[in-house]
Amino acid sequence: MLRISADKIYELLGAASAAQTVYIPSEREDGEAEFKKYESGMKLTNRLNTLRSAKDFFFPQTEDLVEFKVDGKNIEISDVRKESEDFIIFGVRPCDARSFTILDKVYLVEPVDSFYKNRRDHGTVVTMACSRPAETCFCQTFGIDPTAPEGDCSVWNDGSYYYFKSNTDKGQKFIDSVTSLLEESDTAELDKSIEKTKEVMKKLPLANLSTENFGGDKLNEYFSSDKWAELSESCLGCGTCTFVCPTCQCYDIKDFNTGHGIKRYRCWDSCMYSDFTKMAHGNPRLTQLERFRQRFMHKLVYFPANNNGEFGCVGCGRCLSKCPISMNIVKVMKALEVK
Amino acid sequence: MQEAMINKAKQLLADGTVSRVIGWKRGEFAYDITPAVFETAEELEKDFVFDDFTSANVSKYLVKESKKEGKVLVFLKPCDTYSLNQLTKEHRVDRDNIYVVGIPGGPKLDIEKIKAKGITGITSVKNDNFTLKIETLYGEETMPFYEAVLDKCASCKSKKHVTYDELIGEDGDTLESNRFDMVEQLENMTSQERYDFWRSELSKCIRCNACRNVCPACTCENCVFDNPASGIDNKAPADSFEENMFHIIRAFHVAGRCTDCGECSRVCPQHIPLHLLNRKFIKDINSLYGEYQAGADTTSRAPLTDYTADDCEASIVHERGVE
Repeated sequence: MLRISADKIYELLGAASAAQTVYIPSEREDGEAEFKKYESGMKLTNRLNTLRSAKDFFFPQTEDLVEFKVDGKNIEISDVRKESEDFIIFGVRPCDARSFTILDKVYLVEPVDSFYKNRRDHGTVVTMACSRPAETCFCQTFGIDPTAPEGDCSVWNDGSYYYFKSNTDKGQKFIDSVTSLLEESDTAELDKSIEKTKEVMKKLPLANLSTENFGGDKLNEYFSSDKWAELSESCLGCGTCTFVCPTCQCYDIKDFNTGHGIKRYRCWDSCMYSDFTKMAHGNPRLTQLERFRQRFMHKLVYFPANNNGEFGCVGCGRCLSKCPISMNIVKVMKALEVK
Repeated sequence: MQEAMINKAKQLLADGTVSRVIGWKRGEFAYDITPAVFETAEELEKDFVFDDFTSANVSKYLVKESKKEGKVLVFLKPCDTYSLNQLTKEHRVDRDNIYVVGIPGGPKLDIEKIKAKGITGITSVKNDNFTLKIETLYGEETMPFYEAVLDKCASCKSKKHVTYDELIGEDGDTLESNRFDMVEQLENMTSQERYDFWRSELSKCIRCNACRNVCPACTCENCVFDNPASGIDNKAPADSFEENMFHIIRAFHVAGRCTDCGECSRVCPQHIPLHLLNRKFIKDINSLYGEYQAGADTTSRAPLTDYTADDCEASIVHERGVE
């Protein structure tokens, strides 16, 4: 496998960023990590995950869709779409990498979302295998192997070296662009480090969480469960879980009157919000119980029902860390599960 | 303390004083505690928890819970009692339907501060004589207790319960706190520096509304920012200016009513120091209208909703009244 000594990784990022924009997970002053445009002098974070997920690159929180002006009976419409430039996201964790597969199932099926597709086409996802999973991690539950990440190019770090393997043409192009810095080597040291991670995976507190009793055919078991009332009781109805979630994909479309015309934009929506799915006739989800239920039913039942059994969660653990009242999908699964 | 609280709750449930108990429920890990309503002794014994991580102010749940059938028992820390008083003053809760047991306050811990040290795989956190012993999947770590204390507790203003039906333990006093230090630092900045500080902080906002939804002073049935009929509803930071305005408008709306419970900053996933906006208002109100603590009582008139001839800008009203 190709590798580079850990002390030379910034040389590699520098070389890659000469050709196109590279984003890396880097630490802020408050200790949280976020993806930032790589510039010389920046350091990769030691934090396992970024606070916001990597979905922002393909599905930003807000974007303009179209602009128009009304003048009497004429409407002047302008297409604001711009061709995205090529970019690399370096250091995407295996959970976030899988989230792109899930988002693709929503946005790349007919009718294809051209805004999303444009960014997806231009983005190269370079993943980073995990070596220090956190107590909040449960990607294994969804069949993700954090030691074998997906993406265009997979990277492993055993402490001394970074190892590279391409999975797609885009990944190969990335490796080709930095190939002069890489050396061929065996993987004996890396294999040892992967084994160690696999041992930790077995000891994770959520290692035994299973989706066995969830899926597309469980609508009747769970929709009317009497557990929802208790589970949703203390939910604040904020959007934190949905906004840090790498797979939450719902959006709202609104018109903004600029005073000189209309900007039609879309922005992330949250099923936790009171006006979510509000229609001309009113709102089908009148209380927090129904809104709360929607989020978890979507991930554990509706999404697999429509996507050959694939669940709408990747076990990244962000909602476990960030919910102001510490209610989350793990607690819901454990409370709800009928064996 | 936890055991004393469980026993008290069981006793009050058993003798019919209350029919429900608001407290905190144990989670999957050492720190992920959820506010919860308990209805039976079994539930209390199984899941009720009170420890270094039970920081959530549960007083806002009383808006809903106090209107249900039967009296509700609530355990309130000193800071939380100010919130309840303010809610009582604003007629947002039915105080007669609430049985308050005052319990000792913090300092409580902030798991984010522990994680920010690079400590991960946390399986337990124990306070050993003000050193935290943290068990992780990667071995034991230690850190000083006070480095992991929540910001809201680090500038605690009072150990006194301003409302209660009974207390477990002794009541304390209001404290000389350092809570205006950072406000003073901001005041001493140039306006450009201050502007840059707030733009940098507020631009992190993801508009999750956690600050608003947790805030005991934010109890509007339908927030203007959620109401499509208001014309200013929005659910995304369309630009950073809009986000700035959301937080500034919210701070204005709770001015004179904010008890400085600190929940807004505690729950912010982006660690924006939102409480500083509120503290600036509190500090200004103190200097312009005399010392005032929202929630200290349930009867006094609040400076911003009261008129006296001594008001700092009384002349505006005086002049308008003059022929």
